[in-house]
Amino acid sequence: MNFHLKVWRQENGQSGGQFRDYEARDIPAEASFLEMLDIVNEGLVLRGEEPVAFDHDCREGICGMCSLTINGIPHGKGRGTTCQLYMRKFSDGDTIYIEPFRVGAFPVVKDLVVNRTAFDRIISAGGFISERCGAAQDANDTPIGKTVADYAMDAAACIGCGACAAACPNGSAMLFVAGKVGHLGLLPQGKPEAGRRVRGMVAKMDDEGFGNCSNFYECEAVCPAGVPAAFIAKMNRDYAMASVSNAVEATA
Amino acid sequence: MSKPILDAKIPPGPLAHKWTSYKATSKLVNPANKRRYEIIVVGSGLAGGSAAAVFGEQGYNVKCFCYQDSPRRAHSIAAQGGINAAKNYQNDGDSVARLFHDTIKGGDFRSREANVYRLAEVSNSIIDQCVAQGVPFAREYGGMLANRSFGGAQVSRTFYARGQTGQQLLLGVYSELSRQIAAGTVKMHPRTEMLDLVIVDGHAKGIVVRDMVTGEIASHAADAVVLATGGYGNAFYLSTNAAGCNVTATYRAYRRGALFANPCYTQIHPTCIPVSGSYQSKLTLMSESLRNDGRVWVPKKKEDCGKNPADIPEEARDYYLERKYPSYGNLAPRDISSRSAKEVCDEGRGVGPGGLGVYMDFSDAINRLGEATIRERYGNLFEMYENITGENAYKTPMRIFPAVHYTMGGLWVDYGLMSNVPGLFVIGEANFSDHGANRLGASALMQGLADGYFVLPYTIGNYLAPLRGTRPDVGRPEFKQTEAEVRDRIQRLLSVKGDRTVDSFHREIGLLLWDACGMARTKEGLEKAIKRFDEIREEFWKNVRVAGDNEELNQSLEKAGRVADFIDFGQLMCRDALNRNESCGGHFRSEYQTPEGEAQRNDDDYFYVAAWQHTGDGNVPEMIKEPLHYETVQLATRSYK
Ligand SMILES: Cc1cc2nc3c(=O)[nH]c(=O)nc-3n(C[C@H](O)[C@H](O)[C@H](O)COP(=O)(O)OP(=O)(O)OC[C@H]3O[C@@H](n4cnc5c(N)ncnc54)[C@H](O)[C@@H]3O)c2cc1C
Ligand code: FES
Repeated sequence: MNFHLKVWRQENGQSGGQFRDYEARDIPAEASFLEMLDIVNEGLVLRGEEPVAFDHDCREGICGMCSLTINGIPHGKGRGTTCQLYMRKFSDGDTIYIEPFRVGAFPVVKDLVVNRTAFDRIISAGGFISERCGAAQDANDTPIGKTVADYAMDAAACIGCGACAAACPNGSAMLFVAGKVGHLGLLPQGKPEAGRRVRGMVAKMDDEGFGNCSNFYECEAVCPAGVPAAFIAKMNRDYAMASVSNAVEATA
Repeated sequence: MSKPILDAKIPPGPLAHKWTSYKATSKLVNPANKRRYEIIVVGSGLAGGSAAAVFGEQGYNVKCFCYQDSPRRAHSIAAQGGINAAKNYQNDGDSVARLFHDTIKGGDFRSREANVYRLAEVSNSIIDQCVAQGVPFAREYGGMLANRSFGGAQVSRTFYARGQTGQQLLLGVYSELSRQIAAGTVKMHPRTEMLDLVIVDGHAKGIVVRDMVTGEIASHAADAVVLATGGYGNAFYLSTNAAGCNVTATYRAYRRGALFANPCYTQIHPTCIPVSGSYQSKLTLMSESLRNDGRVWVPKKKEDCGKNPADIPEEARDYYLERKYPSYGNLAPRDISSRSAKEVCDEGRGVGPGGLGVYMDFSDAINRLGEATIRERYGNLFEMYENITGENAYKTPMRIFPAVHYTMGGLWVDYGLMSNVPGLFVIGEANFSDHGANRLGASALMQGLADGYFVLPYTIGNYLAPLRGTRPDVGRPEFKQTEAEVRDRIQRLLSVKGDRTVDSFHREIGLLLWDACGMARTKEGLEKAIKRFDEIREEFWKNVRVAGDNEELNQSLEKAGRVADFIDFGQLMCRDALNRNESCGGHFRSEYQTPEGEAQRNDDDYFYVAAWQHTGDGNVPEMIKEPLHYETVQLATRSYK
């Protein structure tokens, strides 16, 4: 198969960028999107040009490293990560636009590579359960109903890729934050810190410059892990409760 | 002069008491003194992430490094199937002793007894720890933890979180790490690649790294260095590893004097999606857990191989694992299942493109349990399979083929997980210690977390306590010298400007290793490959083309450094395989097999760990033995029949 690519090239975080045209020729239909870029890059290297930089690692849809906006959609059409997109989903001769994830809080590092460390800082602001290694009780001492465990797992499945924020017209990271808040808050082990957690993470999210949620739900549509947007509503409730109880604690 | 023999420093006393007595007599660092120490942890996977988090929690100052943009993306994330522990929650006869025995036997009696026993012993604490930090393991309706079975065991001891166990365990580790980062005890350095180890007065005292965004080369000093950099399966180019998985950190340490143990022990996983073309960059694993419900078969007759599987009647199918290994059946261990798949394909009975595939069929399980149950157990795997191959495995059997997956070999460590270089510790897949010649499924996650959470935090004190925080400064000549060497190597890579891409070299050595040092190895093939590596190395340094400069994000340069190390290391793998004139676990030398085609060990001559010492680039390394001693286990022919 052959494709016309329009690829965002940007030297570094300080420079401007623009789309450049490349031809992808003789691409097997079984190739993945990233393998198609590999082929293009090998050609560029041999011609003495700079290959296109893009993030990737596991190439099996779980590490969350790959992060391309393809024809305007984070990770491209259909559910799944960029690395799990296969060229057979395109038609021969297609023109394909390839850009980085566009989020204010994810500055471009080079070409298609962005800096998502804001997500790590949000997790550091409360996305954990404080427990000391070696101090745990037997794992079966606290039963957790299957439904609760399964629902927590739905939220925990987040791969931290940032597509949610990239798809959101406001650049909001609500689904990412709500996933972690939901996962830990549903489990008995996570309840003692639930209030602190949601307050800390939401404050950090605002601080990092992510936008607000105005219920577009584009995030859910692109989430490769299928984290349900219902967790956002749940987090809003948790947050309201936590803010109230915080105010009460402060005056008590 | 007789060659030195390695001492693993295994504590005295009966096997079951060794770890307890070790802990009781280890040196402690006073809590107030811990903050005077600095520990470098390279790697943020299950092993490195957990070690860094616990060190931080204990009060040490930690610097943690990873090459991804976030510690949460270490390749541990990709583990699907599960993690073992001897909880015996299923009341099916499991115990620490049984887990220990299964692991030793699974490793084909080539691992160290004391290490494996300790691993089994701490396995239960891992599950407790993970649940406490919020890992959403699968549960039964009553709220208790659920289990599944993995290869090489007749009990159900594997804990799992859908098909994403590694992800959930790593996110647990990452949350602990994030807590310590917030507390200021751990400083995280993502997108930073370790390119060399710094030795001062014979001790490991720091590393030289490259900032992968700016290209800056910098040194970091510490009281101790921990390598948790994962496995070297990418030496084969095609593997289930992530694109960035590399041998650079451990190979550079080897060049600085650390011994590399059993590099030829590699695991070829039986159930991966088959190769479809030369453009392919990776192979995708289909979790071994599928073998709980999938039945593996090929047509009995070659002529049937091209047919639609639905048109091949039951009596014309050869369920070869069930036939050859009736007591373990489809759950025979990985090395055996992989070799069996190779055999039937060599006989011309393989299916799919090139005849390099076998069927894994779920129709019986779907008939018995219903599609919904199968979907709940493995939904994401079926989805992944369909996405990659375009086939629906609920309707037609999956096609699978073995692929390189895990490396049992690694840097040599003693019982305390310290290498022969004082101050250099090695944990997780990067070390060699627990899996012998073959690893059982669900045991790598267990080992990574055992090392990081429950072993190293105890053993490192023995090294650190006497030092009292007297680490050298990065201004010392040893650091400057190592930095200069790193810069020089980068310049050499950039200045070749030849006409072959880095990937083309990587593909070439991958194929070479797969043929000569893959599922079946011969003296002749290995000797040829060893020679060939010399030629490839020469061509690489004359003709490789690396784009761009050092002072920028340069993926071509990153890859070039890794591939250069794989070339040197691949040759070492072949040397080790050539030395071992026996078959054991994942190391199958065609000359050494039983009349039934099973691996034939030679305990008289090869009951040892082969640890290789670097003797200069381009020179033949020296092999140092660590003889194995078993106190409780009887050496036996491994049988799963
Ligand atoms: C697809 C797949 C499925 C698996 N499924 C299972 C399973 O179900 N059960 C099981 O028990 N095991 C499984 N395994 C094996 C298991 O996942 C790994 O052995 C284990 O997770 C390795 O953990 P680790 O911490 O040692 O290394 P990794 O998780 O690979 O981490 C390595 C770390 O080192 C860093 N690093 C590497 N090199 C450098 C460098 N030069 N400089 C700086 N940083 C560096 C990386 O950034 C990363 O943070 C699976 C493996 C694969 C590939
Ligand atoms: S590369 Fe890991 S999710 Fe795409």
